[in-house]
Amino acid sequence: MNPLPLVAVAGSPNAGKSALFNALTGARQKVGNYPGVTVERHSGRLLLGDGRPVELVDLPGAYSLDPASLDEAVTRDVLLGKQKGERQPDALVIVLDASNLDNHLRFALQLVELGLPTIVALNMVDLARRDGLELDPKALERELGLPVVETVAVRRRGIADLHAAIDDMLSAPRCGVHDHVKSDLLHLQRRAREIASAAVVNETPVRRWTHRLDSLLLHPVVGPIILALVMFVMFQAVFAWSQTPVAWIADAVAWASGIASDLIPAGLVRSMVVDGAIAGVGAVITFLPQILILFFFILLLEGTGYMVRAAFLMDRLMHGVGLSGRAFIPLLSSFACAVPGIMATRTIDNEKDRLTTILIAPLMTCSARLPVYTLLISAFIPNTRLMWGVGLQGVVMFGLYICGIAGALLAAFVLRRGVLKGGSSGFMMELPKYQWPPLKDVAIGILTRAQIFLKRAGTIILGTTIVLWALASIPQAAPGQKQSEVSIAGHIASGIETVVKPIGFNHDIALALLPAMAAREVAVSAIATVYALDSSDEDAVEKSLAERLRHAWPLPTALAFLAWFVFAPQCVSTIAVTRRETNGWK
Amino acid sequence: MNAPFDPQTSSLDQLKVGTRARVLSIDWAALDEAEACRLKHFGFDEGVTVEPLHLGPFGRDPIAIRVGRMTVAIRRRQASAIRVAPTSH
Repeated sequence: MNPLPLVAVAGSPNAGKSALFNALTGARQKVGNYPGVTVERHSGRLLLGDGRPVELVDLPGAYSLDPASLDEAVTRDVLLGKQKGERQPDALVIVLDASNLDNHLRFALQLVELGLPTIVALNMVDLARRDGLELDPKALERELGLPVVETVAVRRRGIADLHAAIDDMLSAPRCGVHDHVKSDLLHLQRRAREIASAAVVNETPVRRWTHRLDSLLLHPVVGPIILALVMFVMFQAVFAWSQTPVAWIADAVAWASGIASDLIPAGLVRSMVVDGAIAGVGAVITFLPQILILFFFILLLEGTGYMVRAAFLMDRLMHGVGLSGRAFIPLLSSFACAVPGIMATRTIDNEKDRLTTILIAPLMTCSARLPVYTLLISAFIPNTRLMWGVGLQGVVMFGLYICGIAGALLAAFVLRRGVLKGGSSGFMMELPKYQWPPLKDVAIGILTRAQIFLKRAGTIILGTTIVLWALASIPQAAPGQKQSEVSIAGHIASGIETVVKPIGFNHDIALALLPAMAAREVAVSAIATVYALDSSDEDAVEKSLAERLRHAWPLPTALAFLAWFVFAPQCVSTIAVTRRETNGWK
Repeated sequence: MNAPFDPQTSSLDQLKVGTRARVLSIDWAALDEAEACRLKHFGFDEGVTVEPLHLGPFGRDPIAIRVGRMTVAIRRRQASAIRVAPTSH
């Protein structure tokens, strides 16, 4: 069977390529990775007038065929037919930012030299007009010798014309493909400027409002304050908006376990379904609301162009530990959860910067560790007031966060001077024009990221929960025995105990460490389970967990446990995502 | 490269915000390969007009520069490799 004709959408970063791709393919997209690299491959289908399907692939944004980043290398290799796992495109759609022709045409000229059937989408003509730039697409057509279609992808304007042009292009007979004729970059740049000036009919200098907005948002004093406010709102939303859906999910999980308990007779099978499978699925979807809200903000910040400004504001500080400003948002997101944080590092083009960011992201105190902190602090730290409005418990909590941050910065510093030395050129970025991204595109982005999360982290969390359930429940304790000691997990915990005893951990902690690998906050319920399972009298179960711990653990043990949670190895989902995002190299 | 001490010229990182200037020369040897490549991609070239627009809040680094119709951010160290002459308007 012949593969579908492949049409590649190519263009420089910020040309509105993804919006155009979304407008052409709608929500029917597939997101994968190019084999062997961490570059995403977005593809979708397009139906021609006669009903023939065509595969459309959205190439990573590139400034030229001479790559300066991994993304650009993939784009070049696909276009030249040298990318593993990808066939050479049969035709090209080049996306140009109408208000940035003299730059974007340089890449377009390189692409034209390839000799593939090509259409040019002159995108964002509305923003160009807003900037006082009047263009003549006919002149551009003449100069380039290619069909040019005016589009405003974010408003879905000109998409039907573009669709028709793709139809015409693929119906026309094909001519041969040239090899990459390597014209000199500066020569191409000069030719690009000539063409651009030929296409410009009228240029009235207007004060662009992107510049005006930047004067405020990049202001040395006001800028950082606004950034802090934006981040505050983001975090407030992540925690406040997620409460209701998380409660629904908890209800749904409880309801499902209730049904399962009624249907299945008591025993190992029921226990596996209820405590293993349903609890596992529950653990996965409890994460979803926070993660989706976080992705919503990340996509909005990226789509509007503010993400790059945040990086600009924070670059100098991040540079101090050998990172780039680009690492700021991913690291900040990791305070909610390291998984979306690590996934957001894709915008960092310098590989070493990116790897360092990925490796230190889990040191940021994620929200899953909060229940553990809260439990232990309320159990062991006296609620004394240090001064007006400041309590000791709050200070300890704050201190734990600071420990994580300090640890992360130190780790970055050491990594950048050791294994990941050199190449901190990570901060050279275009500041795109501000624009409001279509909510549909944001929705598509959230959807694809949710899929990635469920596929990568979800399956692992679910699997681990079931395995841990098995370890904790087999073999079953005989009456009079402690389940937490008889089970395989109990034996493993005893093994771990001998290792971790010197740092002050007891058997209960060793046991809690196992499920905490699946998800941090599970440590609390694991400890609760240990005490609940082992106790025979009803009152004791009802006694608050904090109360019980206070009697069971000495203070140093509790502090050791807290310290472990600040710096401990990451949860399995983080490790899974780290592996995926780094392709396993460490 | 050009004479280093001409009062009419300066390096791009010394240029005041809002001052337009023409690029005289770029010391490609002072930049690593990826940096040089990126600068070319941004359209930095002899003869183009540049204008610093904004400075980072800490240590006035990085610098947002208008080049052509694009605004790009580069670090002070990279800007210091670019020699410019302020234009009168």
